[in-house]
Amino acid sequence: MTHNQRALAAALAVATAFMATAAGDPSIDASKSTLIATFKQENVPVDANFKSFNGRVDYDPAKPNASKAAIEVTTGSFDMGNADYNAEVRKKEWFDSGTYPKATFISTSVKPGATGHFDATGTLTLKGKSQTLTVPVTATQAGNTTVFEGTLEISRAYFGIGDAEWNDVVDDKVRIKFRLVE
Amino acid sequence: MLAADKDRIQVSERAYYSRTAISLHWLMFVLMAVGFAIGDYMADMHLSPLKLRLVSYHKWIGVTVLGIAVIRVVWRLTHRPPPDLPMPGWQKIAAHSAHWLLYVLMIATPLAGWLYSSAAGVPIVYLKRWRLPDLVHRNDALAKVLDDVHVFLAWTLLWVVVLHAAAALKHHFFDRDATLRRMWIWQRP
Repeated sequence: MTHNQRALAAALAVATAFMATAAGDPSIDASKSTLIATFKQENVPVDANFKSFNGRVDYDPAKPNASKAAIEVTTGSFDMGNADYNAEVRKKEWFDSGTYPKATFISTSVKPGATGHFDATGTLTLKGKSQTLTVPVTATQAGNTTVFEGTLEISRAYFGIGDAEWNDVVDDKVRIKFRLVE
Repeated sequence: MLAADKDRIQVSERAYYSRTAISLHWLMFVLMAVGFAIGDYMADMHLSPLKLRLVSYHKWIGVTVLGIAVIRVVWRLTHRPPPDLPMPGWQKIAAHSAHWLLYVLMIATPLAGWLYSSAAGVPIVYLKRWRLPDLVHRNDALAKVLDDVHVFLAWTLLWVVVLHAAAALKHHFFDRDATLRRMWIWQRP
């Protein structure tokens, strides 16, 4: 598959995942949700957040097995609080946001754990590469809203984020912390 | 030992700065010179792995300067420096003002840098090992202001150091007094 085909396939997968959930269901409230990537440069942890993402998590505490999640993130919305840095991470060597504007996570199965906990297995697609990941998620319900929280760790090298000259300075492991309010 | 001998020893000792004061003084000079040079160079660099490294080194030097500055102030307050050499009153006032201004700037400049770091959301991990506390929460607008404050203080510090050194050299080469020697001579008579 070419990059474009892959991007199209990912977009279709997201669209399908979105349609699979009933229309009118609540989706993620982006204004209340956060998606933070923490990377380490020279052992210094730096937080940066994705400002634009959307998606939905279908979760019924009574039927946790049937839970589904589909998240779409705009890679060009990564904000490190500095224009120079922001411009750099959108370049080809990093997110290549021009070619790959979106990153997606689509769940494939959910394994319930203790009350309010489940492990979501799904496919993370970033910069044209996909990886199957299992993410432990905590769901907290308060009134009409549910908050889904969790962290996962990914490898920059696997997705080709940042070329080799950076490897001495920036750790390969990047921690992603999400708090999705629905 | 006769009281008179004791006095003479004290007088000769007091003609110089203590070895601790001399060590701290010159160590500080080297650290500030290197710290300033890296800071000025990296500020105009485009983002690169080298830049990130230099930023780290610059911060470590700054934290070291801050620590030594505090030690120097404590040392200065608990140890009497050699008495002023004969010189016009305005020069004494100018010299002492410069000294205290230097102490203030040696603390304020790295502190502003640390605040800037915290506001920019990039914590300081001293020597890649010890994470220092963030002094303020991340705030991009505040970071811009603190960046300017840090740069302003650094340049002010540079010019006060230049003035301080020029005065010492003037005393050494034109007035031919002991101003510079007493901050230099290690061997005591």
